Amino acid sequence: MEAIDRMDFTLTEDQAAVLGAVKEFADQELAPRARETDEAGRWPAGNVRKLAELDLLGIPVPEQYGGLGMDFLTWTAVGEELSRACTTTGAVYGAHVLCVYPIMTFGTEEQKQKYLVPLARGEKIGAFGLTEPGAGSDAGAVSTRAERDGDCYVLNGTKIFISNGGEAEIYVIIANLDPSRGARRMTAFIVEKGTPGFEFGKDERKMAYPSLPNRELIFTDCRVPRDNLLAGENRGFRVAMQTLGVGRIGMAIGAVGLARAALEAAVPYAKQRQQFGKPISSFQAIQFMLADMATEVDAARLLTWRAAWLKDQGQPFEKEAAMAKLYASETAMRVTTKAVQIFGGYGYTRDFPVERYMREAKLFEIVEGTSEIQRLVIANQVLRGTTE
Amino acid sequence: MNLIVSIKQVPETTEVKVDPKTNALIREGVKSIVNPCDENAVEAALQLREAHGGKVTVITMGPPQAEAALRQALAMGADEGVLLTDPASRGSDTLATSYTLAQMVRKLGEFDLVLCGKQAIDGDTGQVGPGLAERLGVPQVTFAIGLEISDGRLRARRVLDDFFEVVEVRLPAVVTVVKQINEPRYPSMRNVLKAKRAQITRWSLADLGADLTQTGFEGSPTQVIRVWPPEKRAGGKRLEGPLVEVVNELAKAIKGMNVAAG
Repeated sequence: MEAIDRMDFTLTEDQAAVLGAVKEFADQELAPRARETDEAGRWPAGNVRKLAELDLLGIPVPEQYGGLGMDFLTWTAVGEELSRACTTTGAVYGAHVLCVYPIMTFGTEEQKQKYLVPLARGEKIGAFGLTEPGAGSDAGAVSTRAERDGDCYVLNGTKIFISNGGEAEIYVIIANLDPSRGARRMTAFIVEKGTPGFEFGKDERKMAYPSLPNRELIFTDCRVPRDNLLAGENRGFRVAMQTLGVGRIGMAIGAVGLARAALEAAVPYAKQRQQFGKPISSFQAIQFMLADMATEVDAARLLTWRAAWLKDQGQPFEKEAAMAKLYASETAMRVTTKAVQIFGGYGYTRDFPVERYMREAKLFEIVEGTSEIQRLVIANQVLRGTTE
Repeated sequence: MNLIVSIKQVPETTEVKVDPKTNALIREGVKSIVNPCDENAVEAALQLREAHGGKVTVITMGPPQAEAALRQALAMGADEGVLLTDPASRGSDTLATSYTLAQMVRKLGEFDLVLCGKQAIDGDTGQVGPGLAERLGVPQVTFAIGLEISDGRLRARRVLDDFFEVVEVRLPAVVTVVKQINEPRYPSMRNVLKAKRAQITRWSLADLGADLTQTGFEGSPTQVIRVWPPEKRAGGKRLEGPLVEVVNELAKAIKGMNVAAG
């Protein structure tokens, strides 16, 4: 593939300056409070406000719409630093762009002025609603109904597990004009919090991430103005798939950040922990674990950067994003599990963060397409031979 | 309101090492940062600008690399940075430094307030702020933990050893601030990018029309004869065993020290 032949993601001076500033912020502001942020079980409002103040919520959005006008590679690299320091904050950052991206890509000028500008400035937080009780891996089975009625569309149905749900003020919702026809009539809408007939249901209690809302969105005869139709009727599946493509890059880098956090916790611990009169880092059993962890984190990052870079080049990146997401999530699971192993009994306690990392890692193998779905996407392309 | 912040680039002290042979600071590979309470001074100036409008100009003197400190302040949101860099200003002590900085302030024109950090973490003298006020012939307020400006007057809360003091001076003035005055903001990415591209004004001593006998080694009556790290203190002695024995041993040890009672 031609683009790969000249693959180059050397950071520009601007990217390096932004990353340096973000790293400092993440180290000094997010990391020391990561545990508190997690255990609070509350929306991390303070952290989200800071992301907005630092212009981090609109990195890939053009400057004319209130963004920084930088590329997805920058957005990706920043995501790693945030997730490494505080996975919850990283998850909010990742979920926000699932609303930013479709409006930026498919929105009309009016929609961009009205919704993209406040999203990019971080004045409003966004969320994306695709998943339903009966439409998870089978994304074409969306049954939330949209019916045209005069100047409005009337929405009825329920979305579940929606990240940033309840806290976000702007939602991109994938509904269906005719559920019996599946993906073909799926249609995207922009829905504002507070629209009559749009309510929030259950906030899931999860294995990890108690501070990240994953809520039900309930639409009952919710009238959405026609102006809020995104990308036109019947284009919802395409909106969803493109958004998920970017979302997978976001999930992949979140997993890289998490895995790196586990590695960065394990290394000093292995050097300091003494057994048999020596630091355990002097034992090959531990060294080999650390070597594998470091290698996999780097490999996962490179796969993710490649996907982001292809996206920035306007090249197809679906397969590469799926590979990155698959490999990075499974890396996060392996690396966090090894980190707990290196910490031994202490790793299993809540006195150290690695048990939390391990619980958090599992999420990545499930959301935005399970590992199995990623393998299907990759296999499909490999068998078609379209990108080889 | 014309606000000027005088800042200093310093080595990150947690990493400072002294060469045991030459007794000189090892600067190679040591990260340079903006002196911590100077960041608070920048933050205080930005807050005053937000409340009263105006302009924040950041100044420093040092080697060309000190430009990085100015860019850091610009990234926080300062409007302009001016660097005095001149080989002849090398070796300036606090007297010569305050002279040179005062010349810079004069060249900048009319000002309302000059803000400095209380002291730098390398020299730790805390003399440059007050020296600058003397040179400029304006009132000075040191150790400020709170600032309020109204009707051309500055009301400042000073933090002293055992108490606070509230003083009022007329502007223009020089104030030095302590770390506790505020929480310096993190630079926004927009400002980071802007600061990278910003033009830093560079002046030489000639640009200031400075009297060369008052700056650099020549203008500095202070001479550093030797710098050395304090002797490492021997670790304490740990007494272990049954309580009665430990107490007796401790009592004996204290007697041996000839410590005066009371």
